[in-house]
Amino acid sequence: MLHEHKLIHAFGALAELGQEITNRNNFQETIRTSLHLLSGALGIRRGAVARYSRFGHELNMLAVRGLGEDFPLSLLLTGEDERQFLSNGMAPIDIGEAQVLPFFQVHNVSFDQRRLELFVPLVVRDEIVGAIFLGEKATGEIYTSYDKEIICAMGQHIGVAIAQRNLMAEIERHSEENRRLFDEMRSTYHDTVKAFAAAIDCKDKYTEGHSVRVGKFSEIIAAELGWGTEEVEGAAVAGYLHDVGKLTVERKIINAPYRINAKESAELNKHPAVGYEILQPIHHPYTDVPLAAKYHHERLDGRGYPDGLYDREIPYIAKIVNLADSFDAMTTDRPYKARRPANDVVEDLTRNAGKQFSPEIVTAFLSGMLKELKGEDRTKRFRRLLGRDYMEAEGLATKVKYALNELAPTTPMTYIAAAGSVGSQTN
Amino acid sequence: MITDTATAVSAQLSTETSVIYAGDYLNKLTGEQIEYECRRRIDAGCTDLIVNFSKTELVNSIGISILLGVIDIAEKNGAKVAFSDVNETTVELFDMLGLTKHVNIV
Repeated sequence: MLHEHKLIHAFGALAELGQEITNRNNFQETIRTSLHLLSGALGIRRGAVARYSRFGHELNMLAVRGLGEDFPLSLLLTGEDERQFLSNGMAPIDIGEAQVLPFFQVHNVSFDQRRLELFVPLVVRDEIVGAIFLGEKATGEIYTSYDKEIICAMGQHIGVAIAQRNLMAEIERHSEENRRLFDEMRSTYHDTVKAFAAAIDCKDKYTEGHSVRVGKFSEIIAAELGWGTEEVEGAAVAGYLHDVGKLTVERKIINAPYRINAKESAELNKHPAVGYEILQPIHHPYTDVPLAAKYHHERLDGRGYPDGLYDREIPYIAKIVNLADSFDAMTTDRPYKARRPANDVVEDLTRNAGKQFSPEIVTAFLSGMLKELKGEDRTKRFRRLLGRDYMEAEGLATKVKYALNELAPTTPMTYIAAAGSVGSQTN
Repeated sequence: MITDTATAVSAQLSTETSVIYAGDYLNKLTGEQIEYECRRRIDAGCTDLIVNFSKTELVNSIGISILLGVIDIAEKNGAKVAFSDVNETTVELFDMLGLTKHVNIV
């Protein structure tokens, strides 16, 4: 009868231990609870659970009960101890009968003082993951084979919990390492892209910094369109590399201080297709980069090159880079043409929205500009690229507001008025 | 005079005697609070600890472990422990696991 009661009580503890190990997220609490359950299952007065460090060859205490504050928190194992524990498996070892091993010889006095009776190596998948130390039972009786079976069964659960924790820690470590490597690769990729952009720009002394600026304008547009961080980065890269095909165009054509002739123009106009050929074999984190290079001279009205694509046929990223590229061309001095005033450029963008540029992209770009002009955006993105004086052109904010209203009516009043005018034209 | 404590798990009958209420705390990890309270009482000069089980229907393995902790603290500090208002099933469990060798059931 007593045996049955003990069995039921121990079985309850084993069930609770299984639940504890599968449910709980806090490892320290799991181990503390596990030691309580094991001690309480058999009425064991004192004990400890330790985790084994393969690197330090030591058992580090995770939970200790009744062994006093001076019980060592870390115990070293020799190679001989490890071999013996591994071959022993999870069977509880009577400390009093295991004095041949260095581990017990070294700690004999300490274990004896604390009346530790059993040592259970926790072996999972042929690896020592930890150990359990157990003191005397409250009954004062010696451990029976039945007790040892219970201890072994509960020890297996605790061992699995420690092994799982070790595995998780290893996964976290690898994941952290992978993230660091990924960041390094990304950083290297971006540095390479910038170096390429600088190389492209070096070829053209009149448009120094053009690729970098197109990258930054493309980044602004993507951000204003509400794209995610990675997509915004992709847009910037597409901008940086859009003219990579110019590397194969003769320097005298690129640097011609006059309007180039038809033959030279045909040569220059090959650069989008060449850029695509250069970029296509490279594995970019952003898939549209080669397409941006190939189609950044296409126009919505089909009058662009190299393929004369129409609106929906043009990749979206190419439309962004197209606007960024044209805007930079209009706002920088060229050998045959001075930069145009900001108000003119805004007017040009508005006028060509729906013809050369996507109205949605022009709207996003001008919205970003207006935010800065109104002081809502203090990052000074445009000022840094265009210069303070240029951005402080008289009436620019009003011009941009007007342009935005034309591009995208925002109030019902404006919308009705526009609808009315359409109606009168039809009549 | 009975004085409520901030922890709401014990009451002080006199300087030497304290009552610890096992309640529902005992069977979970939060039961360790009972051990801390016992230690606190003993440090304050208590020599007789009474653990009251009037509101404890069952005691599980965690509860047993915590009570063994209470016994250990008391023995190391020369204090006595008694269990009161323990139901019959729990007394049998305490007997089976050897707790009654170290405490009086009152």
